[in-house]
Amino acid sequence: MASTSTTISSNVDETFAALRQKKKRALVGYLTAGFPDAARSIECLRALDEGGADIIELGVPFSDPIADGPVIQASSQRALELGMTLERTLEIASAAKLRAPIVLFSYLNPVIAGGPDILERAAAAGVSGILLTDLPVGSDSAREEWLSSGPLSFIRLVAPTTPVERMAEIARHGSGFVYLISRLGVTGARTTAPEGLTETVGRLRSATKLPICAGFGISTAEQAKHVSQLADGSVVGSALVSAAAVSPESVSRLTQELRTAIDS
Amino acid sequence: MSTVEAGRFGVFGGRYVPETLIPALDELDAAFDEAMADETFRAELDGLLENYVGRPSPLSDAPRLSKRVGAQVYLKREDLNHTGAHKINNTVGQALLARRMGKLRIIAETGAGQHGVATATICARFGLDCTVYMGEEDIRRQELNVYRMKLLGAKVVPVTSGTRTLKDATSEAIRDWVTNVGDSYYIIGSVVGPAPYPRMVRDFQSIIGREAKSQMMERAGRLPKTVVACVGGGSNAMGIFHPFVEDRDVELVGVEAAGRGLDSGEHAASLQRGEPGVLHGALSYLLQDEDGQVHPAHSISAGLDYPGVGPEHSFLKDSGRAEYVAISDDDALKGLQLLSRLEGIIPALETAHAIAWVDANRERWSPDDAVLICVSGRGDKDVAQLTTLGLTAQ
Ligand SMILES: Cc1ncc(COP(=O)(O)O)c(C=O)c1O
Repeated sequence: MASTSTTISSNVDETFAALRQKKKRALVGYLTAGFPDAARSIECLRALDEGGADIIELGVPFSDPIADGPVIQASSQRALELGMTLERTLEIASAAKLRAPIVLFSYLNPVIAGGPDILERAAAAGVSGILLTDLPVGSDSAREEWLSSGPLSFIRLVAPTTPVERMAEIARHGSGFVYLISRLGVTGARTTAPEGLTETVGRLRSATKLPICAGFGISTAEQAKHVSQLADGSVVGSALVSAAAVSPESVSRLTQELRTAIDS
Repeated sequence: MSTVEAGRFGVFGGRYVPETLIPALDELDAAFDEAMADETFRAELDGLLENYVGRPSPLSDAPRLSKRVGAQVYLKREDLNHTGAHKINNTVGQALLARRMGKLRIIAETGAGQHGVATATICARFGLDCTVYMGEEDIRRQELNVYRMKLLGAKVVPVTSGTRTLKDATSEAIRDWVTNVGDSYYIIGSVVGPAPYPRMVRDFQSIIGREAKSQMMERAGRLPKTVVACVGGGSNAMGIFHPFVEDRDVELVGVEAAGRGLDSGEHAASLQRGEPGVLHGALSYLLQDEDGQVHPAHSISAGLDYPGVGPEHSFLKDSGRAEYVAISDDDALKGLQLLSRLEGIIPALETAHAIAWVDANRERWSPDDAVLICVSGRGDKDVAQLTTLGLTAQ
């Protein structure tokens, strides 16, 4: 079994501590690295940062993104066609010089291919955390141990299907925050609020003291506001990626709308 | 705590899936073991295999091919199963399990369309709702099977992402499952995917090897020197290999698709040219680039056109228990013609790889050696493609 979370305080921990002090909820924004291209990707990340995101999830494009819906799939495919890699994702992270901590959002395979020093190199590029969509708790103790003893916060995921005992197990093996998948399915904008979120957050609260950020299907200011009343943070992905397809200004506008709604 | 780390073959296999699926995989794992320990379930499965699928499938001797090869060649005739391939052995088992678990909506992926047809077939038989994901490229290559699936009442969903082939259809089926995990059962078509699928599909397919073993003893009075099967995801191969794994003198040979050549970059030889990596929930040999992106496979046969392979094959390879070889597109076409003309059996293009390898390696055997080949399917589905390739019937 992987060791428990690191106790050294990280940028992610500090961000949540500061938010707690100000009694604010987190806005977590996702963008795919290298989309719509490398240069504009950096501009969009800055727009997200300046617009008021507290944590920035930087998606590492993967050829077979089984947890993603059409928008993030298409953005990943486009970024790969333009030559995006994990190495270049780190270059983007480093060049963007963001205020908000960066969490890599990746599938396991590109991270394995990155070699044994990839976590140290990511940290050196200014990355604070990592989240892997396809490495559930207990699935690979050697690799989980490697990730949790490394320099990055290791963010684990909880699903609506996760039993409460397993929630506690997951939280014990993660750090930074717990990513709560707010509904069954893949990433992507939905028009409805996630069902049963109040109950799931309640169960998760009883299982951990880590901050809880909920994502998957949150795309509008209204949904983000609703989620913020339950969880410590809202994660918005596909809607921001769609905005990035238009312009950095669109990312900026959407981020500000989300920020205002969450803070209101 | 779930037993996520069970279900490995050496270091290979595992459950590299989104968290949402973990409880469903735990449930499936337990339900499968329970079902297999239940006499009623097994009797129902055996009954369907006998009276619906048409098992046991014959073991044919192959006098003219034997003469050419210079060994006693035996053909395990999975092409004679209902729907024309081995795939139905697995779909009957999994559909029974789905019904037992109360899941009435079935999801499947398909490449050549054989697994899709076998799934649609058993869903019709059981009155289950059936959705099959199929890459646009494969829909074009395997029109006949698309028509068959629709005729059987299945919904065929074209997949337009990525390479528009089996790998993307599999990803899309997984996405559907993550979304509808409460009421849906995913019938995976090969010994791939997260645990317990590789073990479960192997167990349902190992009827091939169990029958073949006793048929060999009965007919030839001995075990084969070599067992040969084509390897896409690896289910017909695992099915025929599994009962022979403990018979150390029996050579196990898996034939991958060399496509346009093993060094062309356009092949599907995951075990011979891939590196261990994670795709569709399992760690196994995988065609990938140095950045960990999955490299598209190529094979003339849609059923072998997959960049990954079942984790148990990776284990059998690394442990040296099985040998993996490859046959090109062109040689597979020759293999197809050879079996057609010498034995009056038109094999599937996938199977043709196994035939071609045996023909190309005649010097391995002496006249008394028995060679057992798994004829995984029949070639009817490939006839339209063969005519467009300009393969003359003469
Ligand atoms: C006739 C036939 N043989 C072989 C295969 C390859 O699959 P597997 O390697 O799982 O047996 C297929 C797949 O569609 C098939 O239709």
